Amino acid sequence: MSIRPPVFDFDDAFFWEGAAQRRLLIQHCATCDTVRHPPTPVCPDCGSLEQEAIESAGRGTILTWIVSRHPTEPDAEPRIVILVQLDEGTRLVSNLVDAEPAPTLNDARVEVCFVDHDGTVLPQFRLTEGDR
Amino acid sequence: MSARSGRAVIAGIGHTEFSQDSGRSTLRLAAEATIAALGDAGFAPSEVDGSVTFSMDTNDELALIRSVGIPQLRFSARTRGGGGGANATVQLAAAAVESGQAEAVLIYRAFNERSQHRFGQPVRPSPDPAWNWAVPFGLDTPAKIYSLTFQRYMHDFGLTNEDFGRYTVVARDWAATNPNAQFFERPITLADHQASRWIVEPILRKLDCCLESDGGVALVVTSAERADAHGADWVDILANGAMHLRDGHEMFNYFHDDLSWFDEGAQLGAELYARAGLAPADIDVAMIYENFSPIVFQQLEAFGFCGRGEARDFIADGHIGRGGSLPVNTNGGLLGEGYIHGMNNIVEGVRQLRGTAANQIDSARHVLVTAGRSGTILGARNR
Repeated sequence: MSIRPPVFDFDDAFFWEGAAQRRLLIQHCATCDTVRHPPTPVCPDCGSLEQEAIESAGRGTILTWIVSRHPTEPDAEPRIVILVQLDEGTRLVSNLVDAEPAPTLNDARVEVCFVDHDGTVLPQFRLTEGDR
Repeated sequence: MSARSGRAVIAGIGHTEFSQDSGRSTLRLAAEATIAALGDAGFAPSEVDGSVTFSMDTNDELALIRSVGIPQLRFSARTRGGGGGANATVQLAAAAVESGQAEAVLIYRAFNERSQHRFGQPVRPSPDPAWNWAVPFGLDTPAKIYSLTFQRYMHDFGLTNEDFGRYTVVARDWAATNPNAQFFERPITLADHQASRWIVEPILRKLDCCLESDGGVALVVTSAERADAHGADWVDILANGAMHLRDGHEMFNYFHDDLSWFDEGAQLGAELYARAGLAPADIDVAMIYENFSPIVFQQLEAFGFCGRGEARDFIADGHIGRGGSLPVNTNGGLLGEGYIHGMNNIVEGVRQLRGTAANQIDSARHVLVTAGRSGTILGARNR
């Protein structure tokens, strides 16, 4: 499957650079010890400009999902888009791989995997063993 | 006259036909709607000194005033975002009038979003970083983007796509008797809805999506006194506002704790009712922005017309259709009349309060027009 790659800038480059190294990174405020996603240049809780990235354990829960398909390239093949609540507390949009659409996907547990799409590594997710 | 002294009112409405192929420029559509609205209000172009449109509108203010003969603008502003800001155009215009920055403000929105630059097509990542967190994962159209929240709503309250179809059937019933509607004389059954193809399975079918349209809409906002002096059949702006929240996003509204609750709408609704001194039960007609049918369900709940998770039964029980307790989108809405970014719903609200709507609701006095993140409560002139 071909994808449309991200066009990243100062505030979110760390995420995609981390993904390329197969690490799921979350922005972390070095001052007040909170995490946030999507990234922002300033901590909305304390106003700090000091930020770092922590590595997520890559486990979370599916909040919601859809089947994405579109008759035009590059997204002709159906894939499942999910919104994941990571155990660290942030949320991100991703894909669920190796699974079929089912009502039981809501609230199912997932774990991250990294898939290379023509040079862009996307952090995607699989159902964890018990939820498969 | 019930409006406070100096208070802004909507004095004029105008629009082109709503079509799939206008065959003329968007600037001409904007100009035609403007001329119609000024004529309706009884204003000459030389009496307009302010303009408001959408940030997304491609018609430059100066090109428009040169086209229609408005000699000068003292005030010019644009709203943020897309259709969610439809009623924020009224907010900006009213603020300009009430603060004395302008005497008469023209609001316009015109596009050929079917025959030229089509809406709803897959996008590429843009300088707005929000797209980075969606497009690479296949989330590249408004239908998909909104569906990710709609699915949680369906999950939480046990809805299926057939429930959404019951809204579309009502909208198409209203449209069937509105000569301005693109679906005039073309009502559907629930079976027709269920036979339309999936756009986002298992959430949206084709008939859950608004109607890509060509067309233009214009409004004239001025003071009640000035409107009276021109003999305009104005309607009162009882309350108007917008609401944006820290964890929100116009499209990617994924970061509120509760995904199946439209918090922007709920907070906006509470403010509008308080300012107007009204309650949901006082609303005679509701014009509810619907890019996609499920957002009507979320707004019926957020604006207090029914409880959480109750919109399905509220619609199935006939409340929003002919003879119902709360007629909704009596022009056929954006699914049935046309999608002019929500602005045609404001026009219908004005018509209901003037008593000139195609599907006139008897003695309508209060109309809520909501675009979710912006809203207006309009009042009849002699309510």
